Amino acid sequence: MTIFGVPTQALFGQLLIGLINGAFYALLSLGLSVIFGLLNIINFTHGAQYMMGAFAAYFLLNWAGLGYWWALLVAPVAVAITGIALERTTLKRLYQLDHLYGLLLTFGFALIIQGLFRHQYGSSGLPYAMPAELAGGRNLGFMFLPNYRAWVIVFSLAVCLTTWYVIERTRLGSYLRAATENPSLVQAFGINVPRMITLTYGFGVGLAALAGVLAAPIYQVNPLMGADLIIVVFAVVVIGGLGSIMGSIVTGFGLGVVEGFTKVFYPEASNTVIFVIMAVVLLLRPAGLFGRAS
Amino acid sequence: MSATTDPYVGATLPAVAGVSPPHVVAFLIMTAALVAAPFFVYPVFLMKALCFALFACAFNLLIGYVGLLSFGHAVFLGSAGYGAAHSAKVWGFPPELAILFGTAAATVLGVVVGALAIRSKGIYFANITLAFAQMVYFFSLQAAFTGGEDGIQSVPRGTLLGVLNLKDTLTLYFVVLAIFLLGFLLIFRAIHSPFGQVLKAIRENEPRAISLGYRAEQYKLLAFVLSATFAGLAGATKALVFQLASLTDVHWTMSGEVVLMTLLGGLGTVFGPVVGAFIVVTLENYLAQLGAWVTVVQGVIFVICVLTFRRGVVGELGNLLRKSL
Repeated sequence: MTIFGVPTQALFGQLLIGLINGAFYALLSLGLSVIFGLLNIINFTHGAQYMMGAFAAYFLLNWAGLGYWWALLVAPVAVAITGIALERTTLKRLYQLDHLYGLLLTFGFALIIQGLFRHQYGSSGLPYAMPAELAGGRNLGFMFLPNYRAWVIVFSLAVCLTTWYVIERTRLGSYLRAATENPSLVQAFGINVPRMITLTYGFGVGLAALAGVLAAPIYQVNPLMGADLIIVVFAVVVIGGLGSIMGSIVTGFGLGVVEGFTKVFYPEASNTVIFVIMAVVLLLRPAGLFGRAS
Repeated sequence: MSATTDPYVGATLPAVAGVSPPHVVAFLIMTAALVAAPFFVYPVFLMKALCFALFACAFNLLIGYVGLLSFGHAVFLGSAGYGAAHSAKVWGFPPELAILFGTAAATVLGVVVGALAIRSKGIYFANITLAFAQMVYFFSLQAAFTGGEDGIQSVPRGTLLGVLNLKDTLTLYFVVLAIFLLGFLLIFRAIHSPFGQVLKAIRENEPRAISLGYRAEQYKLLAFVLSATFAGLAGATKALVFQLASLTDVHWTMSGEVVLMTLLGGLGTVFGPVVGAFIVVTLENYLAQLGAWVTVVQGVIFVICVLTFRRGVVGELGNLLRKSL
C-alpha cells in the first residue's frame, strides 16, 4: 500500500519518529517558555540540563541501582536543584541588567557543563537500557509500534498538558502569569516573587531533565546530546512565539511531525525545514504563531 | 573634532565623535606592534589572530553600537571562506578577486538574514540569527561545493595583483595586516561618523530616533550588512591564509567564540575586540592539547566576564585611564 507513492510503512514510521522528536521539542520549548515568561532570559543551559537529566538517569542506575521509573522521578528533581543553585548564586544578580547578559551567562554555563562531561565521558554515547515493562511493541496492522516510543509520546503529552493546565487554569498559575505581567505589583500583594522566580527556573530545568531521562533509552547518553538539539528548539520557540505555553506544545509536536514527513518526501531538507518555516513565520507573523505582538 | 581640554565640560559630554588623541596613540602602538610582531612570533598564528580580530571588530559594530547581539555571525565568516576558497580553487580566481567574491557572498547573505532578523530585538534577535546560522550550517554540510565534512582543502594562495607571491609567509602576513588595518579603519570611520551617531541614538532610544525622522530599520539593516561584510572579509582572508574552508567556521561554536572575544575585550570599545581576539586565540593555542578543557575555560571566562567584568579588558583600562578607547 502506498500514499503519494510512498509506502505506508515508511510514512507511518517517519510520523512516529516525528512525534517522538516533537515530544522532545515540546518538553524543551515548554521549559524555555516557562523560564522566559517569568525571568525574561533565554536559558542557553537548557540543552546541557537535558543532557544532565539523561546522565542523572545513567548514574542512578549504575551507582545507586535505581531503575528507569525512579530516574523519571529523581533525576528531574536533582537537576532542578542544581538549576536552583545556579539561579540563586548567579542568574539573580543579572535581573537588573540587559537580558542579553542572562543569555551570555547561561551560554557560558552550557559550555562549562558540556566541556566537563565531555572530558569525563568522551564524545561517544553510553548505553541506557530500556525499562523491561516497556520493551517490545505491538503490530497495529499498518505499522509496528514500539511500546517505549508510544509511552514517550503519551507521557510527554500528559506532562505538557498538565503544565498548561496548572499555569493557565489554577490559582498558582494566575500568580505566575500576574508576576510575568507586573512583578512589583504582585510582590506588593504579598507574594514572594523572588522565590517564585527561583522555583520557576527550577521547574523549567526539571522539564529539560525529564526530557533527558525519556531520551536516554532511545538515544545514547551523550555529553553533546543537547548541544545541537537546543538550537532547533530555539527555532521552535521562535515559531510558536516566546512565552506562549500552548504555542510551545502545539508547535513542538507539529514541527516534529513536519520534520518527519520532510524526511520521507524530501530528505535533503529534513535538517533545515524547521529553520525555513521559521523564516516564513517571521515574515508573516513576527511575534510567532501563538505570540502576542508587543 | 578633538576632546575638549576642560575636564568639567568633557566629563559631561557623551563619547566624542571623531578621532581623539588616545585613539591615535593606541592605534599607532597597535600598528607598530603588529608590524614588528612577525619577527618574534610565528606569523601564521598572528594571521589567525588578525583574522579573528577583524571578525570581532565587525561583530562589535553590531553589538557595541546598535545593541544587537547576533548569535550567528559565524555564517558570514564561514560562507565568505567557502566563497573565497571555491572561487580560488575551482574557478582559478586570483587572491584579490577571491577575497572580494567571498566578501560579496557574505554581504548578500547579510542582506537576506538582516532583512528578516532586524525586525526583532534583544533575545529574539539573538535567537533568530542563531537559527539562521544553523540553517546555513546544515546547508554547508550537504551542499556539493562546500565539500561537506572535508571542507575545501589546499586552496591556492596565488599571487596578489600579479605581483606579490603569497606563498611567502611574511608577504602574506603583511597583506593580511593591511587587510586588517583597512577593515579596522573603515569600521572606526563608520562608528565615528554621523551614521554611527544615528546608530547610537537608535541604540539608546529607538522611538525617539524614529520620531526625529530617522528610518531606524534602514540604519540597523545597513549596520547589519556592514558587519556581515567585514566578517566576510575576515573569513575570506582566513580561508586563503589556512588554504582551507571548513564547517568549523560556520558552526555555532564559532559564533559563540566571537561573542566571547568581544565581551572579554570590551563591548562597544574600539580596541576591545582586537585585544579579546588575541587573548582568546592565544589561550586556545596553549590549551589545544587539553581537548575538552578549552570549552570549559571558555565557559568560565564567559561567566566571569558577565558576573564581574562586564566592561572587558579595554573597557576597564579605559575606565582606569578615564579615556574612551
